[in-house]
Amino acid sequence: MAALILAHHQTSPAERLKDAAAVAFIALLLGIPMIGLLTVDQGGALRIATRWPALFAFVAACFVGRLVLRYALDQWRARQLARDQADTPAKEVSLATNPLLNWIGWVALGVSVALPIVFAENRYVVDTATTVLIYVMLGWGLNVVVGLAGLLDLGYVAFYAVGAYTYGLLSTQFGWGFWSALPVAGAITASFGVLLGWPTLRLRGDYLAIVTLGFGEIIRIILVNWTELSGGPNGIASIPRPSFFGLPFKPPGDDPTFASFFGLEYATHQRIVFLYYLILVLALLTNLFVSRMRRLPIGRAWEAMREDEIACKAMGINARNVKLSAFAIGAMLGGFAGVFFAARQGFISPESFTFSESAIILAIVVLGGMGSQLGVVLASLVLVLLPELGRDFAEYRMLLFGAAMILIMIWKPGGILSHREPTLRYFANGGRR
Amino acid sequence: MMLQLSGVHAHYGAIHALHGVDLAVQVGEVVTLIGANGAGKSTLMMAIFGQPRASGGRVVFDGEDITRLPTHEIARRGIALVPEGRRIFPRMTVLENLQMGAVLGEEMNFEVDLKRMYSLFPILEERCAQRAGTLSGGEQQMLAIARALMSRPQLLLLDEPSLGLAPLYIKKIFQIVRQLNRDHGMTILLVEQNAHHALRVAHRGYVLQHGQIILSGTGLELLANPEVHAAYLEGGHAAATPQPVG
Repeated sequence: MAALILAHHQTSPAERLKDAAAVAFIALLLGIPMIGLLTVDQGGALRIATRWPALFAFVAACFVGRLVLRYALDQWRARQLARDQADTPAKEVSLATNPLLNWIGWVALGVSVALPIVFAENRYVVDTATTVLIYVMLGWGLNVVVGLAGLLDLGYVAFYAVGAYTYGLLSTQFGWGFWSALPVAGAITASFGVLLGWPTLRLRGDYLAIVTLGFGEIIRIILVNWTELSGGPNGIASIPRPSFFGLPFKPPGDDPTFASFFGLEYATHQRIVFLYYLILVLALLTNLFVSRMRRLPIGRAWEAMREDEIACKAMGINARNVKLSAFAIGAMLGGFAGVFFAARQGFISPESFTFSESAIILAIVVLGGMGSQLGVVLASLVLVLLPELGRDFAEYRMLLFGAAMILIMIWKPGGILSHREPTLRYFANGGRR
Repeated sequence: MMLQLSGVHAHYGAIHALHGVDLAVQVGEVVTLIGANGAGKSTLMMAIFGQPRASGGRVVFDGEDITRLPTHEIARRGIALVPEGRRIFPRMTVLENLQMGAVLGEEMNFEVDLKRMYSLFPILEERCAQRAGTLSGGEQQMLAIARALMSRPQLLLLDEPSLGLAPLYIKKIFQIVRQLNRDHGMTILLVEQNAHHALRVAHRGYVLQHGQIILSGTGLELLANPEVHAAYLEGGHAAATPQPVG
């Protein structure tokens, strides 16, 4: 049986033959009862008939199949090895921009802009796409904290919740609109970020993760129990929807509405599509903002802090400010996503902000490849669409979900896109970008 | 006096690592600190940077008491550190590493300093777009030194720059130390286990043992000292440990 073990080295033809013979032998053992023998009903009594030719064909197929598979695997591995040896220095120098990634990014952008036009009538598709985009935005926000600054945050959903409740309360209690509440909610969540960051400045890795996990739970439990403020488990209902520059999406009435202003027939999908474009714009702004930050000294300091904190301090970098800014900005972006979430759902309750949400957002960042912006998009697609597509599998859905996560981590331990874009490069002519 | 340590004590938790160390570095000097493993050399170096903070005594840099300053403020006073084990930023490119070193400097000096580093360490220019973690050990050490120099420091602290390097690179590193001091007037405090090379490069040296300075003198004096010779230059037999002098 030893020959059967998946060889991790190059196998010789003789080894391959032995391996295939072992497989064929197992096939024979299994095949005798399963294929070779057949029970037939002969006048009420069961008789056993034999099918030796079929068994022989089966065993032969196993033998040849195994031989071919082994050979193909070997070839593939040899090619990979050759590539690994060939690349290191040569490839690294030319690492510059990866045109393929750029291309994927533009295609993704084009698809996301065109999607609601193509599927205008299909509410399910646009709704799901909106959910994907919320996770993309959350992923980009958490990416600042985890991917860039390297601070493991397991309670990110707390900021999402703070953003959502800020808008929920401001709009239902004080009649604030979406657009005026957005910056205020951003500022409040940013200060919550500092609130979390301050006591955890000296913590790292696992210890930081525990504290952030606790922070996420504290916020959720406060929301459940402080009934006067948050409505407790009942949450906040009838949160107003965002309007299009003051034009609400409502059936025609006394005031001008979106439909009446543009002379359109009123339809609910107008609001759905509007919400979709709204989150798309918010997400794109987030992306622009984060990529811009990465190129600034503060963004580079985040990354350097992730790499080596002591070395960073010795360069004269104020570690406290760098960490707090990462927490604050990550929190603010999560808060924006929360505001949008509240406005879209029209109803929020603590149940939407459980630990499993934090885990999914973190999984998006890790699966995407820590620090990679495009990776976050791909991972959100996978993690949101898989459970959706898996609806047919009913109770096996989460099993499928888990299996996919494990497989990605096995194939791509660094995440789907582990490639990191340099923030600064010189061209041959001395120009700088 | 550029750097003056007087009676510095340091603790790692309950472990008393430095027992009242006195050490001075003058402007334009190369001073080396030698000693066996665990003597407290790196602790002393890091204590200058407040990591760990000195639990007793004073560290004075350029007339200012920096004992209680936070680490990044100490760096801002003009001290640059090439830490033990290099501690470059492995997933960032060589260029980005250099840029991190220049965080404190003026933006307009960046290009000039970069060119200067490339002429000192041509290999870095060749590898500027490469991830720093993919460099060889010797190249990483060059990068760590260049990164420290990018801040235009007044005082350079080098913590075991020859550790784990091939003999050819060790020679190169000491050449660079000499060159930096002679041609650029850089003041350097060098911590080394490689006593032979270090003492030949240094104007003055200190020998640290069990957290105390037991010997000091010019580089040549120490090289000629039979105790130093026995303990640090010929394999360092435990039996021949030098006794405190005077």
